[in-house]
Amino acid sequence: MNSSDKELLLEVSDLQIEGFSEDRWHQIVKGVDFELHRGEILGLIGESGAGKSTIGVAAMGYAKPGCRICGGSVKFDGLELTTASEEQKRQLRGARIAYVAQSAAASFNPAHKLIDQFSETVVHHGVGSREQAMADAKELYAKIRMPEPDTIGFRYPHQVSGGQLQRAMTAMALSCRPDLIIFDEPTTALDVTTQIEVLATIKDIVHQFNTAAIYITHDLAVVAQMADRIKVLRYGESVEESETRTMLNDPQQDYTKSLWAVRSFRKTEHAPVPEDVPLLKVENITASYVRGMDPVLIDVDFEIHRRETVAIVGESGSGKSTTARVITGLLPPTRGKVVFDGVEMPADYRDRSRDQLQQVQMIYQMADTAINPHQRIRDIIGRPLSFYLGMEGSEKKQRLRELMEMIELDPDLYLDRYPEELSGGQKQRICIARALAANPKFIICDEVTSALDQLVAEGILRLLDRLQQELDLAYMFITHDLATVKAIADRVIVMLEGRIVEQGPKDEVFSPPHHEYTELLLSSVPEMDPDWMERVIAERQQKGRMESAGN
Amino acid sequence: MTDNAPPAEDLPDTDAVQQASRTRRVIKLLIEAPLSAKLGLVVIFVYIFVALFAPWIAPFGESELVGKKYQPWGDEFLLGTDNLGRDMLTRLIYGARNTVGIALVTTLYAFLLGGILGIVAAVVGGWTDQLLSRVVDILMAIPALIFAMLLLSIFGTSVPSLILIIGLLDATRIFRITRAVSLNVVVMDFVEAAKLRGEKLPWITVREILPSISAPLAAEFGIRFCFVFLTISALSFLGLGIQPPTADWGSMVRDTADLITFEDYTPLIPAAAIAVLTIGVNFVVDWFLHKTSGLKDELL
Repeated sequence: MNSSDKELLLEVSDLQIEGFSEDRWHQIVKGVDFELHRGEILGLIGESGAGKSTIGVAAMGYAKPGCRICGGSVKFDGLELTTASEEQKRQLRGARIAYVAQSAAASFNPAHKLIDQFSETVVHHGVGSREQAMADAKELYAKIRMPEPDTIGFRYPHQVSGGQLQRAMTAMALSCRPDLIIFDEPTTALDVTTQIEVLATIKDIVHQFNTAAIYITHDLAVVAQMADRIKVLRYGESVEESETRTMLNDPQQDYTKSLWAVRSFRKTEHAPVPEDVPLLKVENITASYVRGMDPVLIDVDFEIHRRETVAIVGESGSGKSTTARVITGLLPPTRGKVVFDGVEMPADYRDRSRDQLQQVQMIYQMADTAINPHQRIRDIIGRPLSFYLGMEGSEKKQRLRELMEMIELDPDLYLDRYPEELSGGQKQRICIARALAANPKFIICDEVTSALDQLVAEGILRLLDRLQQELDLAYMFITHDLATVKAIADRVIVMLEGRIVEQGPKDEVFSPPHHEYTELLLSSVPEMDPDWMERVIAERQQKGRMESAGN
Repeated sequence: MTDNAPPAEDLPDTDAVQQASRTRRVIKLLIEAPLSAKLGLVVIFVYIFVALFAPWIAPFGESELVGKKYQPWGDEFLLGTDNLGRDMLTRLIYGARNTVGIALVTTLYAFLLGGILGIVAAVVGGWTDQLLSRVVDILMAIPALIFAMLLLSIFGTSVPSLILIIGLLDATRIFRITRAVSLNVVVMDFVEAAKLRGEKLPWITVREILPSISAPLAAEFGIRFCFVFLTISALSFLGLGIQPPTADWGSMVRDTADLITFEDYTPLIPAAAIAVLTIGVNFVVDWFLHKTSGLKDELL
């Protein structure tokens, strides 16, 4: 497909955007150029802070609050948006340029029905009457394979699932048949099994209506499915741009290569330690949040051995984090017990001894809320040292420095800082140091990398792996990201609706034959191959046909 | 310390540097403060100065009878004398010490009581929270001034009982606001981490939660201080507050109230003293509130 013979729709040249912070203007986009033709999808990728979203909304001639477009040009179908009046831009937005935000849940007005919000834009821009808009909405809902397309529009946003809401937002973006749609991480907040459906919908719709799109994401595998061309951004500058296949197979720049290489990390393999007593044994746990209510965990039963990493995977709501809460004693189970190192642990953390608490440490998903913003790093890491080990004075100081060196942060530079003076990845390292300070045997990692950029996340995984080698730690790794699982796990537990559906060594779980759900989960994880999505969808449809024929 | 000399030596240095930069920040903050806040600060400092150095500033003794009653303003008695022949200016100056001092102690006590119980209710939750919250509801259901008068007439009108009773009644308001802001902090993972570490309640309260809620509490302190101050003055005016011969602005208004019928404005001076301090404190509180809530604007 050669895009250059199609009509040019958007031309961005030498775009410069400034943001205001700490009493002055900083340049956050430093001269970016790109072109977009009708029916073409351009993928913008980069880490957080690369300026992806800022560039995305600038394509509508819009700058976020506290930002301003200070140079260059954005030409949409011949109209210069940087100098266009607000009124001219208002005419375009919603009608000819539409925007799909990352969090549909936060972007819909919770007080209005979906179909009313759909019709609003259509009526406002005079594209059609309310009745026409509503008929069109139902048609579009059917096209994007929403369940009950005729009636689903009459629900409120909280009455449909996250994936459906994201699709409803895509439909809404299409309501005026725009020439250009900007997708800003539309699937980042979704489970993989939902993500693939939304991605397929978007791709399908964009092709059907010959719409151009800018697809913003940090997920390389996703962009490989969606985009015709990919542009890599870093620190507000363009790194490189080329056709998707060329970009994937033959990246030119070192930075792009490093992004591509992230997914190649594999943990150090080591022989399992033969032992009689497992480090942690979770026996037939059943638990519910409210007494008498349906249990959220049913008969969960597994073991974790020394120096082993066990990954628990599943969609949101499958009971992964609840399992962690039972093990830590935050949620006493209604049935079953937790045995640590051969000794049964009291169900409630308040009944556990200091020794027992010390053995099990936890690292959280959001490092921002997991460490107290009003304490210095010295105090955050130092507290477990004095609390569990009774360290004070120079002994404690020495240990603090050791811990900082373990997590690869310079003690002289960071010990006296407050958390807000650290980056996201550094904060997560502080959480790891705090867990290590207790000298635990076992650490629960609850989605520790999912809030981080891929390069940073990889650094954290490597660190955790190295620490496991050095300190003989066992990890329980809760995640919905199967790439992480492949990278770090020894054994895998697959959970669905509070039950374990499959567990075993990583190679066994990840090679056929699979449990039906594991199969679905595995096949939904995007791969870097640009043909992957079409293949999976085709396979599923064929399977579906065979099954219905069989019935 | 001797085996680890270099880091130990570094430490005071970095502390001193941080101290210096903090002082600079405070000075910068004060210079950039709006005019109203500066005015408020000046008022507060003047009052504090007067209260601290009352015996040296005042021309006479606190309850000394120095002249005839109701003498007019003049050279000898700058603001005249009251109904017993005591110097008004002297009593005004001592009044700053008594009224403001008692109000400050009362507010501190109310914050200690209401603040700690509020955090405890938020952290412990369950029955403890229910019990504390319902008791507070009951106390708040009775109009505060009437309840205070009732309790004062039961327990007598000494300064300690005045402080304890008004402090208790005000603590109910502080309990509610502390509990509300604490609830937002309690759900944070760092509190869970502290619980799982095995930390006891006092540590979680003081080290984990208190720093996060200190900004709204400090603002509340300013407002509460004004209310307590006004309550004490009102009670003194009614004869149930600070008892004679201790000088106090509320009772000074009452003692000299007769004069107003003779177009002598002396009773308005202690009233104005109350009003000016109230306004001054509120200016500063407004500025502080704006500063803490304005944090978000700066981030955008």
